[in-house]
Amino acid sequence: MTFVKGMSCRECGRSYPVQAQQVCEWCFGPLEVVYDYEAASREMTPEQIASRPPTLWRYWPLLPAEAEGAIDLGAGYTPLVRADRLAAELGLGELWVKNDGLQPTGSFKDRVVSVALTVARDMGCKVAACASTGNLANSVAAHAALAGMSSIVFVPADVEPAKLRATAVYGGTLVAVEGDYDHVNRLCAELLGDHPDWAVVNVNLRAYYSEGSKTLAFEVAEQLGWAAPDHVVVPIASGSQLTKIHKGFGELAEVGLLAEKPSVRISGAQPKGCSPVATAFAEGSRRIKPVRPSTVAKSLAIGDPADGVYAVDVVRSTGGAIESVTDEEIVEGIRLLARTEGIFTETAGGVTVAVLAKLAAAGVVRSDERVVCYVTGTGVKTVDALGPAAGPTFTIPPSVEAFNRLVET
Amino acid sequence: MSKVTVRIPTQLRTLTAGQPEIAVEGGTVGEALAAAEAAHPGLAGRLFDEDGQLRRFVNVFVADEDVRFLDGLETQVEEGQTVSIVPAVAGG
Repeated sequence: MTFVKGMSCRECGRSYPVQAQQVCEWCFGPLEVVYDYEAASREMTPEQIASRPPTLWRYWPLLPAEAEGAIDLGAGYTPLVRADRLAAELGLGELWVKNDGLQPTGSFKDRVVSVALTVARDMGCKVAACASTGNLANSVAAHAALAGMSSIVFVPADVEPAKLRATAVYGGTLVAVEGDYDHVNRLCAELLGDHPDWAVVNVNLRAYYSEGSKTLAFEVAEQLGWAAPDHVVVPIASGSQLTKIHKGFGELAEVGLLAEKPSVRISGAQPKGCSPVATAFAEGSRRIKPVRPSTVAKSLAIGDPADGVYAVDVVRSTGGAIESVTDEEIVEGIRLLARTEGIFTETAGGVTVAVLAKLAAAGVVRSDERVVCYVTGTGVKTVDALGPAAGPTFTIPPSVEAFNRLVET
Repeated sequence: MSKVTVRIPTQLRTLTAGQPEIAVEGGTVGEALAAAEAAHPGLAGRLFDEDGQLRRFVNVFVADEDVRFLDGLETQVEEGQTVSIVPAVAGG
């Protein structure tokens, strides 16, 4: 049993039953899962949630699949750590880092994949697929292996080697496409016409998939003692995660876990080399002009972001901001988080931390706010981005004399 | 006028009797899509909004290039090229 009532088009409002469907049949708009909040609320008391295992499935009443029998590698319930040393460096007060680098395959994608493939399996799909910048490929291949489903994942040929290997190891089919992510995405959308039995998690299961990101809001609120933060900073690739974090905080009020609709300011982070959403925000526009990505933050390199316009809407309506940072600032962001908090994040996390620093310096993120910075992936998959700066401090022969000579100089 | 192929997404194939591709003639993307509408009435209502612009969530490609990087509906099409209509909402 779930509390899903159906799906509705975000643009034109047409309703659809629960099925594998990419977009609204009429206007091509994105689909949103609709819940019976009143019924869900009876399964969402703080005590009930606390009694459930520490995974994202503890919030199953607000997800489109049942916890019982879910395809579950243990995704979710990652640490929310108080980041006082980083806060001091940035001149902030109460700062927290949500560390999704500690997910089973090292990124927040495990949340969305666990949800999407559970829905897909329940619908009878046998083949798990995705269009990915790397992290999603890792997660789909891993969850498919756990579920005994076959998998076929598509990535741009130039993704980080570690992400290719960390996908191939699970034994599914890995297709490297000579093009950027937007080419891969389009290829998957077109292939679906000939392969209706595929569960392409972020294409024909996208409405369910993206619901998994709401748990990033649910967990933060629970970990803060069922309270909402004042301001969150979230990376933007397609914009889906940011909009779903917003939806998640709102739903907690719907089911009575937060006393009133929280007014969480939501700010977004993009790499300068792929910043169509930041550009639209800066121009005061709702029109997202696609770009050709060129950035070290490959996991955020989506030049034609599907939810970009909704991300802009959320940020504007909540009083946040969207900023972008250069490759140099991204690497500095990675190092800043590592040396102040002991958390090694990938380039996307470097983007988020660097944008947090920029917004703090500009007074947009304030020292009187309770702030949460979403760090969505581990650094070990993108070590090359650090370049030679992250090498040995010294290289010496194995002798005491050699070491002592270093100390003397 | 060039003979071009228009690729139809699954969402619109009810309007083309299930055909994934149709052959039309036109000198620009706009003309090719108008010819597609003439052959299969109803297509235009799904692709364009009230102002005659492509809907926000409809992407059109000519020879694998997004027409938003070219001249939009004014983009020239050459003999034998393919115009693909693809839902924009995917990925991420």
